[in-house]
Amino acid sequence: MEHRPIKTDADTRDHLVVIGNGMAGCRAVEELLARDPARYRVTIFGAEPRVNYNRIMLSPVLAGEKSFDDIVINDAEWYAANGIALVAGDPVAQIDRAAKTVTTRGGSTESYDRLLIATGSDPFIIPVPGKDLPGVIAFRDMDDVDTMLAAADAGGDAVVIGGGLLGLEAAHGLSLRGMKVTVIHLMPTLMERQLDEAAGWLLKQALEGRGQTILTGADTAAIVGDAKVEGVKLKDGTLIPASLVVMAVGIRPSVALARDAGLAVGRGIQVDDHMVTSDPAVLAVGECVEHDGQVYGLVAPLWDMCRSLADGLVEKPTGYRGSVTSTKLKVSGIDVFSAGDFSGGDGCEDIVLRDASRGVYKRVIVRDDRIVGAVLYGDTADGSWYFDLLKKQEDVSELRDLLIFGQSFASGGGAADPKAAVAALSDDAEICGCNGVTKGQVVSCIAKGAHSLDAVRGTCKASASCGSCTGLVENLLALTLGDDVQAGPKTMCKCTSFGHDDVRREIVAQAMRSIPEVMQKLHWTTPDGCSSCRPALNYYLLCALPGDYVDDQQSRFVNERMHANIQKDGTYSVVPRMWGGLTNPTELRAIADVVEKFNAPMVKVTGGQRLDIFGIKKEDLPAVWADLNAAGMVSGHAYGKSLRTVKTCVGSEWCRFGTQDSTGLGVKIERMSWGSWMPHKFKIAVSGCPRNCAEATIKDFGIVCVDSGYELHVGGNGGIHVRATDLLCKVATEQEAMDYCAAFIQLYREEARYLERTAPWIERVGVDYVKARIADDPAGREALRARFLYAQSFSQDDPWAQRAEGAEREHHAPMARFTPQEELA
Amino acid sequence: MTTAEWLDIGWVDQIPVRGSRTVQVEGGDDIAVFRTAEGKVFALRDRCPHKHGRLSQGIVHGRAVACPLHNWRISLSTGEALGEDKGCTPTVPVKIDAGRVLICRASTLKAAA
Repeated sequence: MEHRPIKTDADTRDHLVVIGNGMAGCRAVEELLARDPARYRVTIFGAEPRVNYNRIMLSPVLAGEKSFDDIVINDAEWYAANGIALVAGDPVAQIDRAAKTVTTRGGSTESYDRLLIATGSDPFIIPVPGKDLPGVIAFRDMDDVDTMLAAADAGGDAVVIGGGLLGLEAAHGLSLRGMKVTVIHLMPTLMERQLDEAAGWLLKQALEGRGQTILTGADTAAIVGDAKVEGVKLKDGTLIPASLVVMAVGIRPSVALARDAGLAVGRGIQVDDHMVTSDPAVLAVGECVEHDGQVYGLVAPLWDMCRSLADGLVEKPTGYRGSVTSTKLKVSGIDVFSAGDFSGGDGCEDIVLRDASRGVYKRVIVRDDRIVGAVLYGDTADGSWYFDLLKKQEDVSELRDLLIFGQSFASGGGAADPKAAVAALSDDAEICGCNGVTKGQVVSCIAKGAHSLDAVRGTCKASASCGSCTGLVENLLALTLGDDVQAGPKTMCKCTSFGHDDVRREIVAQAMRSIPEVMQKLHWTTPDGCSSCRPALNYYLLCALPGDYVDDQQSRFVNERMHANIQKDGTYSVVPRMWGGLTNPTELRAIADVVEKFNAPMVKVTGGQRLDIFGIKKEDLPAVWADLNAAGMVSGHAYGKSLRTVKTCVGSEWCRFGTQDSTGLGVKIERMSWGSWMPHKFKIAVSGCPRNCAEATIKDFGIVCVDSGYELHVGGNGGIHVRATDLLCKVATEQEAMDYCAAFIQLYREEARYLERTAPWIERVGVDYVKARIADDPAGREALRARFLYAQSFSQDDPWAQRAEGAEREHHAPMARFTPQEELA
Repeated sequence: MTTAEWLDIGWVDQIPVRGSRTVQVEGGDDIAVFRTAEGKVFALRDRCPHKHGRLSQGIVHGRAVACPLHNWRISLSTGEALGEDKGCTPTVPVKIDAGRVLICRASTLKAAA
């Protein structure tokens, strides 16, 4: 990548030069930008010819679980968007502290006001004969992975020297790629710096079970081969053939540049609590530093260091106090976790649990009633809990006896409840180790609208890398948003990361008035939404602003735009309203005339007690409506997310069993509620006695008349999943039945999600909630009823009459006609 | 102005924004003429590749239309079904001249063939 300096004459800001385009260097810049994006002009030098990627994710790339693109942390756009000059592939070769300049290997020189060294570490190469042969590599960067992948393609034997975290991940990847792998480890147990002997032994068994050869206590004497590597010779004389040797015996802080520049260097570049070196203009961060005598080779301390560094750079110093680290092995199917100090010794108590049949080993080390270390094998679910207790130095004497059984048990839960475990974590507990994201950060990101796993990954990056904390993030989503999020991402559609409920809440809270305004304020990712979100937004605005909102016809599904039902041949069917299923000779005659006049091929009696006229052409719809209007009929809204029909039986006027005037009540209810738009279609029925001929108990709102009054039922439907209603309550008078009906409709209109019928809505919120709002809250019920009737005062204009008079004619008439024959003539 | 290559079908603003109008072609499928939110005009044969739904009746969003029958999304610029679906509707070249919409005569005739 070429060097693109962005300095202009106008840019007088201090120049921050960063040596190292890796995880520490870029994270430090990210932290700085988050605090004060304008303060420094930034140039980053990287040795690799790449953008910034997540080095700890190289193992999954090697194992074939991720691609390079998956592990990129900041792509080229990030550098451009933040005005950062990236010099990739031309490493800094020299620092001149007196002149305050750096010079690259390629010879270009850049001056700095502040310099940040984030050179990381170098793999340690054991000084044995043959170490420079082609085919001998480390496992540090993407080039090493490419070399390993090329070797794996050729097949054959691989030797990994070093049975630590990195070595085992390399061995796992190569083994998955089809190579025959031998791990040579100097110490008697694997990962001895992270695991105790017992866990190390279990791990060895598991890896051997996967076909790897593990040689512990094995000391490398030489790497043999003529022009390239052919094998590894051990000190006991054993010769192991290999076409690839991976050295993964450890890392050393990369301090050469700093040492040559005369900075104070011990094991690493020495820094104070604000990551400042012995030269106040020079800072250092990451694996290359030594802080308080400690050198770190893991990722977690880096996040803490970068925060302290950025605080110092914007002159609000906080200070780094060192880190306690934990590790997880990224070998899929093998769960290993360790944290703190598990060497044991005086004053330490070991609490151990072994479950041989499940392959579980847990060991918690306690000193002075505080956890100092933990080793988990096979079941690492409680790792973050132990680690949290350890970091906080909490007194665990109360929990002592139950500690080893894990958090849910020790907290008195008995049955394991992963959600309770996550709930109990403190806000600064780390959720995502790969990206250094705490529980508090995840929760705040959810609270700001990231309501799905993808949205969380897209914003704060938690669980976006290795994915091992996905379960934790999902539990946090569930805890923060309630149970309904668990079923998976519940965003409105792909245009937004917000869910239906959030959008509705924000529409009201921010008094939004149009679809473009909603899309603007809620950061829609598409310019004008899609066929899923636009009808929903149109409805939500219509519901929130009765009489005020101008309906957007282009955001309505065709049936609601045409006020008729589109059929598969492109013609429409027309259903005039028949109040309560009643009709008369005038209406029937008008329907018969329409059928003949417009050659409708079929008329059908519907399930909702009315007549459906089929096969009407789009152009003829206004004329059909004019004829039906002339006979006193209006649109039946058989096409809408709206009140459909009120089905009735004949009731006490005619039926020998009828207890009340069900037909009359049905007509009154239909007169009250027709024309209202809803989240989904809405059907009502009134039956005159418990024989229930109107099938009121599979309707959205059903009334069953009894001698003493009216039973009100809610939330039923036919359809694919038949659901019988729940009994809402019983009322004594017709007026009450109507009032409750209006209140129920309004509650549904205001709170259900678009395209959610009453049945799933009630199953989601619970019938007790509906009872509490309608039956048990007279004032609330009355307010709902009043809002419904107010909204209705704007919605009972017959759309057919408007169209018949010529409104929106363009929906019906073609723009032009073209007759090829005439053209030819 | 109608020429040997182009048919003049009317003014651009006769087509609703994020909506469409049709051109009837005797003996063949209608042509659906769309106008997007950004003001671009496209024309397609008014026939979804799936079950022949009238695309002119769908919801227009971005440079796509959702078929009213089964919600297939069809690209207005290529006529191709988007996402998982496979299929293609013939496109009709369009040009705008002084506010008039002109559609390609040959492609329109093909729709009637």
